[in-house]
Amino acid sequence: MSALMQEMSAKALGLGIPLSAQLDLTYRCNERCVHCYLDHDDHGEMTASEIKKLLDELATAGVLFLTLSGGEILLRKDFFEILEYARALSFCIKLKTNAILIREAEAEHIRSLDVDSIQVSIYSHRSEVHDAITKVQGSLERSLDAIRFLKAQGLKVIVADVLMQQNTRDYPSVRALAVELGAEFTLDPTITPKMDGNRSILNLNAGSSTLQEVFRDQALVGSVEEFCAPPAPARANDLDALPCSAGHTACYISPYGDVYPCVQFPLPSGNVRRQRFADIWQHSAQMNEVRSIRLRDLTGCPSCAHVSACTRCPGLAYMEGNMRGPSIQDCEKSFARTGIPSVNLLSRTGHVPKLVQIQGSPTIASTFPA
Amino acid sequence: MSRNLYVTRSPRVAARKLGDEMMIMSGHDSTLFTLDEIATIIWEASDGSTPLDEIVARRICTQFEVERDEALADAESLVEGLAGYGILLISCEPLTGPKLLRQVKP
Repeated sequence: MSALMQEMSAKALGLGIPLSAQLDLTYRCNERCVHCYLDHDDHGEMTASEIKKLLDELATAGVLFLTLSGGEILLRKDFFEILEYARALSFCIKLKTNAILIREAEAEHIRSLDVDSIQVSIYSHRSEVHDAITKVQGSLERSLDAIRFLKAQGLKVIVADVLMQQNTRDYPSVRALAVELGAEFTLDPTITPKMDGNRSILNLNAGSSTLQEVFRDQALVGSVEEFCAPPAPARANDLDALPCSAGHTACYISPYGDVYPCVQFPLPSGNVRRQRFADIWQHSAQMNEVRSIRLRDLTGCPSCAHVSACTRCPGLAYMEGNMRGPSIQDCEKSFARTGIPSVNLLSRTGHVPKLVQIQGSPTIASTFPA
Repeated sequence: MSRNLYVTRSPRVAARKLGDEMMIMSGHDSTLFTLDEIATIIWEASDGSTPLDEIVARRICTQFEVERDEALADAESLVEGLAGYGILLISCEPLTGPKLLRQVKP
């Protein structure tokens, strides 16, 4: 994040402004990805006119960065009507799509609306792997064609890969493919539980040995020495820090109008069909509870060696059962990165350390199965 | 100043007011700009039909202790700079059509 962006985010935080929002336009999808956290039925999506009213409210509330996602956004017949309306309100828009429905005409239309970027999911460079994950034959070819159409329009495209057991060896080739296409590349190493709380898809997560390899890939992380270094000792004010931007400068709205702190933090905080967005943002008890949490309030984390550098996701913690509790998936990532187990990871295995700060004992590290 | 300038915001940008500052994201290359309080007032008043000197006289000189000529010179410098980045359009005539003094083609 640029220094200017950091400065603006800090200002938004101080002013209580939701600088960014993700709006899922639909949960319907033309793919059936094995790791998807959504169901794909329509339980009563907001109409175009409801969405336009919401967009008015988001603009008034101060949202600048708007991500339109799904489901597959282009399954909505009124997608371009919504996109045009959003751009007229001067949002900076990112689209998340599988791009299967994007051909030359759609790419040109998107370009004409000055969309900031389009993120396209690609899980493998091999169609037999990608198509098996999406459960749609020919989907890789369609998505890659779409990326070419988008790039031909001069648009910024981000190839988004998700690491899972099915494709652990493929991400370097997907990254190379992205470079060849003139796209950026991002890799998400975390499978998230379904929004209804079902955790069965977590067994698709790549194992810790794969995570260790990924975190030592210089092309992804830059300086491996720096990225995998033992965490710096906590500073005095680290424990007063906010866990993340969810509910502070960012929020999520479902196709049904439900407002959550984040797409990965499905804490129902209100519904824009019944309340004004600003009222939910400013006054909902749930949002204010999320805002009240500081690192010092978390279970185990204040005494953990990783506290100063942890990527703990409060939404994943919430889906584990306690928004003030650990996100074990993030504990596992910290361990894979540094070889130093977190307090909560040790606690889970029954080896609670006596010392508050654990500094990288190989013996302790080796007690965790790869 | 000698010219009568009209200014309007480029439709290609994304922009939102944050407190008394304006955040602007260029549609051309995603460069982020921020405008201070006075520049934000000019930005918000840039409707393509109000001459810049009128914006300065009505919106700047009435709120800040500044000489009109000095304020107008600063405002012209500002809008020229923003036009250079393609986030503002300027013209010698009201901007209801394509008669732009500086086209937005960064």
